[in-house]
Amino acid sequence: MSNSSDFPSGPIKKIKGKCIYLPGNDIDTDRIIPARFLKCVSFEALGNQVFADDRIDSNQLHPFDRDENKNGSILIVDKNFGCGSSREHAPQALMRWGIRAIVGQSFAEIFYSNCLSIGIPCALISEFDIKLLIQEINNFKQDQLTLDINSQKLISRKNSWSINIEKAASNMLLTGGWDATSILISQKEKINLTMQKIPYLNSFKI
Amino acid sequence: MSCKTLYDKVWDLHRVTELPSGSTQLFVGLHLIHEVTSPQAFSSLEEKGLNLFCPERTIATVDHIVPTKNQIRPFSDHLAEQMLQKLEENCSKHSIKFFNIGSGNQGIVHVIAPETGLTQPGMTIVCGDSHTSTHGAFGSIAFGIGTSQVRDVLASQTLTMKKLKVRRLWFSGKLKKGVFAKDLILHVIQKLGVKAGVGYAYEFSGPVIDNLSMEERMTICNMSIEGGARCGYINPDQKTFDYLKGKEYSPKEENWDSAVKWWQSLSSEENATYDDEVKFDASEIAPTITWGITPGQSIAIDSCIPKPESLENSDQQTALEAYKYMNLKPGISLEGLKIDVCFIGSCTNGRLSDLQKAAEIAKGRQVAKGVKAFVVPGSEKVAKQAEEKGLHQIFIKAGFEWRKPGCSMCLAMNPDKLEKDQISASSSNRNFKGRQGSAKGRTLLMSPAMVAAAAVNGAIIDVRKLLH
Ligand code: SF4
Repeated sequence: MSNSSDFPSGPIKKIKGKCIYLPGNDIDTDRIIPARFLKCVSFEALGNQVFADDRIDSNQLHPFDRDENKNGSILIVDKNFGCGSSREHAPQALMRWGIRAIVGQSFAEIFYSNCLSIGIPCALISEFDIKLLIQEINNFKQDQLTLDINSQKLISRKNSWSINIEKAASNMLLTGGWDATSILISQKEKINLTMQKIPYLNSFKI
Repeated sequence: MSCKTLYDKVWDLHRVTELPSGSTQLFVGLHLIHEVTSPQAFSSLEEKGLNLFCPERTIATVDHIVPTKNQIRPFSDHLAEQMLQKLEENCSKHSIKFFNIGSGNQGIVHVIAPETGLTQPGMTIVCGDSHTSTHGAFGSIAFGIGTSQVRDVLASQTLTMKKLKVRRLWFSGKLKKGVFAKDLILHVIQKLGVKAGVGYAYEFSGPVIDNLSMEERMTICNMSIEGGARCGYINPDQKTFDYLKGKEYSPKEENWDSAVKWWQSLSSEENATYDDEVKFDASEIAPTITWGITPGQSIAIDSCIPKPESLENSDQQTALEAYKYMNLKPGISLEGLKIDVCFIGSCTNGRLSDLQKAAEIAKGRQVAKGVKAFVVPGSEKVAKQAEEKGLHQIFIKAGFEWRKPGCSMCLAMNPDKLEKDQISASSSNRNFKGRQGSAKGRTLLMSPAMVAAAAVNGAIIDVRKLLH
């Protein structure tokens, strides 16, 4: 479990850490954090509860419970990861467990933007590369990888794979702009100008 | 790139500026909040020492955690009580209008905003809830957001967003008897898959959509997100305007004509460009029902669960997981499958017309022995209208329970839950593993009429066999 002092903050350029592979397409947010854990007014306790039902249910030890994955911080997934509900509890639970970046074949849209808004990059990787990557993880369990946002690469001791983080997202990560609130507020004048031209804010007189 | 579609017009109107990152800062016309995804946003706002920018453009209700049997405060579940108290506290502190239990306007957030006239064509609408796509039925651009974005909207009435592509889904033909809006959207998701909509807004159009009522249109837009599309919409027309006329928060009499004039100008132009288009013949759609663990795993009621070899490679793995979890064999029909629980409700199918269609089936029949069946109106207004029409009596007489409004067993964050590996026939929108409150619980999604049919038959049945 990670502590709040090392949660993402400011510009994010590189993420170093061990990989965890979680196989399966269409892993939805109900599985990442079952609804009963949403009964809370703060995100604090979610780290322990990530994949709660899957972890009890699986016949073998769930990837999040295996010794070799302890302290893992780069999560490798397959297709359409994070589909379903918009709950930010899902990325929050992953982040509080210790995940700092996710690499996968594809992501659900709201999940993707929720991750970005808390500073967790979601990077795309091809189906071909993911197979090689997983082979390598299986061979060298303790290896550290580096996800380099600037060069769009996932780098291991022996290899380097191309990943893709779309431009707006990588800019936001590199500049710290993923923490959007202050940037948005600073545009007050432009917001007011926009409001002046929207008919339903002006008795439809425009 | 799309142009001259409703999506383009509404997007352009609400665009505040392009940010250095390349994202757009978008103004939000209506912000809806509920108890589950807002408390952390308020705390974060306070941590940053920020105030609300436009408190009058945020509306709150409570829906996910409310019990549907006994709503007397304090709730017996102290966590649920704590969440509601937090929302009450945040709303009163920041002067946010709150539709609380007993106000007459409380209910599922995606039911109450349209029925009170808050949802209007041409608006951008967001809520910390993925089924915000529902509001697109009125020709608004509406989508779900996460809690950090809820905070951003509270603080600035804007958020950062990337423009989506637009895919037009065109429906020709006619829906057959016993086939409803729910079947249409389940069919679309089955054909296109649960990932096809990622990166797209879905425009639903064509003669079939024109013929649908506003409530049916909401059912369709509601489940855009199950097809991967964050937002789905329908061009506004006379039905939209008639629906809104005279509603509590609709434009007032003196502004009405100018409002309608503006709304009419929003529709996608005839020569609009779309990024993609898919055509469907609605006459081919049968009552549709899910058999698996994603909303894309569905079949026409008169066909069989697909065998793995008939599926594309990429779908096989999820199918194998689904057969196992659902304990259903490939190649079998679902008709005759015994069910334990019947749930009629949710933001997909908890409106008056949904209850009417279910009541038509329930009328004069009895819920089968051993089946627990219950009806949960989507809002206090829906409950009131249904009771005025005597629908509750029909249900109660047939052996259904008549409950108070809320999300109920759609996601089971309240006392309504499946037990063990019970099978439910459900009019909601998600059949994910564990979605209805038991880690082994099994959900079959279908139209409210099909749920009612299953309830009186004790097993899945083609609703057309019970129609007169
Ligand atoms: S009814 Fe279900 S899908 Fe709709 S808002 Fe409530 S929990 Fe979400």
